[in-house]
Amino acid sequence: MSELSDLYQEVILDHGKRPRNFGPLPGATHHAEGLNPLCGDHLDVQATVQDGAVREVHFTGTGCAISRASASVMTGLVKGKRPEEVDALFQTFHALVTEGPGAVPDLDGLGKLAVFGGVHEFPTRVKCASLAWHTLRAALKGSGSASTE
Amino acid sequence: MTVRDPALLQPASTLLPDVPSPSTPPRQGEATLRTGSGPQVRSRGASPAPARALDAARARADFPILHQQVHGKPLVYLDNAATSQKPRAVIDAVSRYYERDNANVHRGVHALSERATRAFEGARQTVARFLGADRREVIFVRGATEAVNLVAQTFGRQRVGAGDELVVTTLEHHSNIVPWQLLCAERGARLVPAPIDDAGDLDLAALERLLGPRVKLLAVTQVSNALGTVTPLPEIIALARARGIPVLVDGAQGAPHLGVDVRTLGADFYVFSGHKVYGPTGIGVLWGRREHLEAMPPWQGGGDMIRSVTFEKTTFNELPFKFEAGTPHIAGAIGLAAALDYVTALGLPAIAVHEAALLAQAEDALRTLPDIRLVGTPRQRAGVISFLLGDIHPHDLATIVDRQGVAIRAGHHCAQPLMRRLGVPATSRVSFALYNTAADVEALVQALHAARTIFS
Repeated sequence: MSELSDLYQEVILDHGKRPRNFGPLPGATHHAEGLNPLCGDHLDVQATVQDGAVREVHFTGTGCAISRASASVMTGLVKGKRPEEVDALFQTFHALVTEGPGAVPDLDGLGKLAVFGGVHEFPTRVKCASLAWHTLRAALKGSGSASTE
Repeated sequence: MTVRDPALLQPASTLLPDVPSPSTPPRQGEATLRTGSGPQVRSRGASPAPARALDAARARADFPILHQQVHGKPLVYLDNAATSQKPRAVIDAVSRYYERDNANVHRGVHALSERATRAFEGARQTVARFLGADRREVIFVRGATEAVNLVAQTFGRQRVGAGDELVVTTLEHHSNIVPWQLLCAERGARLVPAPIDDAGDLDLAALERLLGPRVKLLAVTQVSNALGTVTPLPEIIALARARGIPVLVDGAQGAPHLGVDVRTLGADFYVFSGHKVYGPTGIGVLWGRREHLEAMPPWQGGGDMIRSVTFEKTTFNELPFKFEAGTPHIAGAIGLAAALDYVTALGLPAIAVHEAALLAQAEDALRTLPDIRLVGTPRQRAGVISFLLGDIHPHDLATIVDRQGVAIRAGHHCAQPLMRRLGVPATSRVSFALYNTAADVEALVQALHAARTIFS
């Protein structure tokens, strides 16, 4: 059960139940749809980009606790970041959820993302944790949609 | 299956004729039957055979994979609608073939080829017996999906033109939707879904209205893989036949729980997958009426499906070989035959009674959870229960119960149109097989309680 409690940490359960920045974002400049064809999870991520930086990110859609919590935490963390900084943060996050905390040199730099350190023990759930990130990056690149497959 | 009307249950007297006598001592590793109650009486004349019950605990011993721990807990395998586990008899049949008889079939003159051919064609005969069919009507394919595609691209292409309609039901698996959609797109035809009610049963009156003059085929499942609904095939097929509409039945979920007799079914095609009926993956069966199969063009070209080839012209082989281009999955067919022999020896009616009891127990046990919602409460159910637990997403639930050793499925079950109709993005699904026991249901419910605790 310890791996389970690593996965479903309080912060994740809280964000999964009461996601932050959930709902449409009026005046969004970028948006993309994210789909996990494996399970049918579906997120819509909307962002406002101003002066080359992300000002606001919201999301809507359905998903499991992991995907909702990941989306919720992400919307808070990327505010004020330039798209290339978002990409860099995603790369670190991706290393964390696929390989575990040992693969991340600067754990402190992860901030709240560190709560996803248990995901790597559950390979089938990596896609849940990554969906929001893939979708946000697709939105910022203007490609309109993202898929975990 | 669970049935609201007990009269719908198959009578025990339909036990298949090649069930071994209960007085015959079982060979080691062979599944056994015991009589339900009272003294063992051999049936004479028209008197029904004694009701036999399945000894699931003993049958369980025939499945090596079940005897392991997962995450430190005994494995409880409840994902049988995805694929079933294989009894020792199937594993041995496949290894024996590779160890002793492996050779290509139909052409070799040498001893191994003769043996392989005999085993492969013997497997076809076993499948034919299981279906109540002629062996020439039994086409080996990779699985139910390939069988549907074969029919769509031969029979379908011959018969479907612009403005025509194909009717499927809302219950269908993607494999009985997409091949027809591809055909419709190619031919300018229209795919028409037949509706269901909120319980997950087909709306027969609505189906009847859809079966108009433009309909060239009806494709319907025997059992819904997502909800467990048993469709009333006799009524459905009668409606279609009265209008001259051919019917394809997807037996992927039905074959393991209900079996079929194609002589009385009245359909035109019946397809199923070996791996869901305790056989290997990569082997399945298309059964079709001989007159259709004769009239259909070949699907794939290659070796084995020809009689003679010149660069100017090829004449095709007779049935069933016309539809079996290339070296077939010989070991798969042999393993499938071993699987069908296995379930036939246990008796499909006995398996059905056992599974019905398990389903009833599971439904009752699930309903004791305070925030459970069963998705689909069909009149007749086989093998499957779909549900939601509070606001816990099915994926989270499946992960949590997996850590208790309990394997269940979460997601859309390859039936997205059905999920949309029911207004849920996904469900959790438990599905039963002959080797599941009351203890498995108890472990499931315990694991669900653990999930509620984490998410409380």
